[in-house]
Amino acid sequence: MYDAGKIIVGLVIFVILATSPLWFNALTSESPEAPKLQLPTNGSTECVETTEYMRAEHMDLLNQWRDDVVRKAKRDYVSSSNGKVYDMSLSRTCMDCHSNKAEFCDACHNYLAVNPYCWDCHVEPKGAN
Amino acid sequence: MDGNRRDFLKLAGLTTLGAAGASSIKASTEPESTADSHTETSTDGVRLAMVIDLRKFSKDDALIERCVKACHVAHNVPDFVDDPKNEVKWIWADDFETAFHSQEFHFIREDLKGKPTLLLCNHCDNPPCTRVCPTGATWKRDTDGIVMMDWHRCIGCRYCVVACPYGSRSFNWKDPRPAIDEITPDYPTRMRGVVEKCTFCEERLARGLEPACVEACSNDEIAFGDLNDPNSKVRQLLGERMAIRRKAGLGTQPEVYYIIDDPRTLLEVAPAAVVEVAEGGDHA
Repeated sequence: MYDAGKIIVGLVIFVILATSPLWFNALTSESPEAPKLQLPTNGSTECVETTEYMRAEHMDLLNQWRDDVVRKAKRDYVSSSNGKVYDMSLSRTCMDCHSNKAEFCDACHNYLAVNPYCWDCHVEPKGAN
Repeated sequence: MDGNRRDFLKLAGLTTLGAAGASSIKASTEPESTADSHTETSTDGVRLAMVIDLRKFSKDDALIERCVKACHVAHNVPDFVDDPKNEVKWIWADDFETAFHSQEFHFIREDLKGKPTLLLCNHCDNPPCTRVCPTGATWKRDTDGIVMMDWHRCIGCRYCVVACPYGSRSFNWKDPRPAIDEITPDYPTRMRGVVEKCTFCEERLARGLEPACVEACSNDEIAFGDLNDPNSKVRQLLGERMAIRRKAGLGTQPEVYYIIDDPRTLLEVAPAAVVEVAEGGDHA
């Protein structure tokens, strides 16, 4: 191989440069802070399901609610965590407690770079603090 | 070798002919598919319908505007002022002859001539719009006959707009939000690229309320109820009065009825109408 030294040195430099963001993060910064969500300000302490469940499954739950309400005309949701009956409504039930979309929904969605289209049509509550 | 090929081709030809013949015989003897199975209004369960009394409407010129406003505010329907190409409407008015142009009225009664007539989705019992939807975003509900829409699923192909013979469906060519004066937060808006129409206020019915246009009326100008219940207001009206439907000849079975008779002509046959005339007062 001609110029083996130059090529190998060049390759090493390329690999270091290409992976530099990873090195930079690993060596300098701490892990980025998890977003802080605003908890309900209206005094309510329990959600329609447990916090762990909501964290992991709220998107599926909302899809289920959507289909039940629009397609099956079913509007009552019986919670499996506390047995209470809730109105399956994003703008009423969810946003009654989580009234600040920017500090609740968006905080996490922006952090994870997901872009759900709920609010293209549904109306976020006015007068959020 | 040659003979073998000849035999093979003969056999293949016969087989093809036989198969084609069998399928055409089958097609001609089997009953027609679903095309004609919906020509009658379904008679089991609830079948919601609306009866609009044009006689009463003609007495209150501002009523149509109140009905339209009540509906469009409640459902965040955009108002593209002076922009008919982008118009979105759930409930609207057109003059009587246009609304019922297939009837070909000659020498029409004066009180109906050119009268603004309230129009909305007819929630047909045999809706052509739902058949053409490729995504199942619109369908007739089994439970009450409402022709529903799922705006989450609408892809904006506009087949339903073309299929509807009543012009009841509107397409959002533009983002509707800037054209909504004040957004009612309880109800979603739509987004660009989605078809929308009247849903008989199914969200209000679910909360035990009447449709917004019915509620906007002060004098029972619109009756709303179950067509399959013989004691319902709509059935009573249809049993006593003369009502027509828009383009009934198309077989879509529209479920919005328009009362066109004049109660004065019914004095001898229907005692109920006498009471109504007496109560109405000004045209006795």
